[in-house]
Amino acid sequence: MTGLELKDFSVARGPCDVLRDIELSVEQGECLGLLGPNGAGKTTLMRAALGLMPHRGESSLANLPLKERAKTVAWLPQTREIAWPVNVETLIALGRLPHLAPGAKPGAQDQAAIDRAIERMGLESFRPRIATQLSGGEQARVLIARALAQETPVLMVDEPAAGLDPAHQITLMETLSAQARSGHTVIASMHDLGLAARFCTRLVVLWQGGIAADGPPAHVLTPELLAKVFHIRAHIELGEDGPIVQPVGVI
Amino acid sequence: MRRALLAVLAVLVLALFSVSLLIGPAGLAPAEALLALIRGDALAETLVMREIRLPRALLAVLVGAALGLAGAAMQGYLRNPLAEPGLIGVSGSAALGAVIALQTGFAAAHMLALPFAALAGAVLAVLIILALAGPRGGSITLILAGIAVSALAGALTALVLNLSPNPFAAAEIVFWMMGSLQDRSMTHVWIAAPFIALGGAVLLLQGRKFDALTLGEDAAASMGVHLGRLRLALVLGVASMVGAATAVAGAIGFVGLVVPHILRPFVGARPSALLPASALGGAALVLMADIAVRVILPTRDLKLGVLTAIVGAPLFFHLIYKTRMQGQL
Repeated sequence: MTGLELKDFSVARGPCDVLRDIELSVEQGECLGLLGPNGAGKTTLMRAALGLMPHRGESSLANLPLKERAKTVAWLPQTREIAWPVNVETLIALGRLPHLAPGAKPGAQDQAAIDRAIERMGLESFRPRIATQLSGGEQARVLIARALAQETPVLMVDEPAAGLDPAHQITLMETLSAQARSGHTVIASMHDLGLAARFCTRLVVLWQGGIAADGPPAHVLTPELLAKVFHIRAHIELGEDGPIVQPVGVI
Repeated sequence: MRRALLAVLAVLVLALFSVSLLIGPAGLAPAEALLALIRGDALAETLVMREIRLPRALLAVLVGAALGLAGAAMQGYLRNPLAEPGLIGVSGSAALGAVIALQTGFAAAHMLALPFAALAGAVLAVLIILALAGPRGGSITLILAGIAVSALAGALTALVLNLSPNPFAAAEIVFWMMGSLQDRSMTHVWIAAPFIALGGAVLLLQGRKFDALTLGEDAAASMGVHLGRLRLALVLGVASMVGAATAVAGAIGFVGLVVPHILRPFVGARPSALLPASALGGAALVLMADIAVRVILPTRDLKLGVLTAIVGAPLFFHLIYKTRMQGQL
């Protein structure tokens, strides 16, 4: 089954197109890293594909009815917003809203999904804590747990690793790639090339309104592409744990 | 916890409602008063109870519930503890309608002219806000449209006062704008009740969407919340409740701001749980204030809206100070 399919997909901001004629198909079991310099359109691509902003062309997700879409894809925006001082468990439980019938209370199935998400993100001891009083990185993990609790076939996350310490970055990426291995579709925008190379099964590089490269990390992250798109030099090596990419300088 | 809070608030409202029925210049003994209310013979006591005290107590409940619930809904929608029901300009516009009715003498011609003029003002405000705020469901345009409408209504109200050739009408306008529940009849209750009940039902049904908005507009939209529809429901619900409340009671401030703020910690800050609690809390607060104006200065006609502002503002100072001390602001 296809997680996301974009056909002839364009997004305009004002008079000019930010993204032009994108063709992209993401399958079940893929952990897709969306790369690109600032302003390349990573967030725009994901928001428009979800139907959260106007676009032209076809997106399999944006075509779904609102309720159906909420059960198909979980979306974690880049701005980490927690408006009220609710406790962590209540916040994560919000992920179950799309699955509740009108007026129904969360049932045993919902609680099980919430517990799974809490366990995955290692938040057991945080359950009763007030979410707004946590550190930025802890809040990020709680919000990721909310998206996991939605238990949707597709998971779309905007810079999930930003603001996390190294251990939690690795744990998060392991969680995301495990999600993909268990048959979900994961689409994550990222800036950390090293993490993307290590944990994603496929990388898509956005550049100048189109897709500059698409394929397995070892094929995409070439010195030529890094120079052309990111204007950097990087140390690239095929290690035991997969490709290792370490940017070393600006061109 | 949440059930217990609602039960406590309900008991409080009932108790205050009873006290409100038992207080008044007629000086009836409590047993005598309640008996007169139930028995329903044409005696003076029954008249006092049914035509003066009962509508007053019922209106306090209705107006308080309207302001409390509308305040909680506004704060939930805007994700801001400083939001209040007047923000979308409906109370200001309803007041303008009432002021015009008073100034033109229209209000004196018929008892219902004033509340209906106020409701017309509220409806007009809603139409302008919806036209200004545009089709996409953002909250910023709604606030801006509300501020613009409030400012215009305030300016026009000032203009009416400014040009008023009749000092008595001007004094009447000023007193009306302070907000009061004195000398209201059961007719006022019947005018306000359907709008407040309808608006309340609309807002209570949005609870889960306000919960989803805790994560921001984008996340809420991805979880199946139709932002445009939610905003429409919010504007119609708040306008219906606050427009009706202002039409029968005048402008009563601070209830919609302070009540959700006080009750938020008791419901674990969940916007959906705050809605019914704030309705009950608002009813209790307005009943309390309306009892207070009769007890503190029974001979001087202390206005309800003046009291809620005098008590509400310092309470708000305290809340801000406390929140700051806890490092949440």
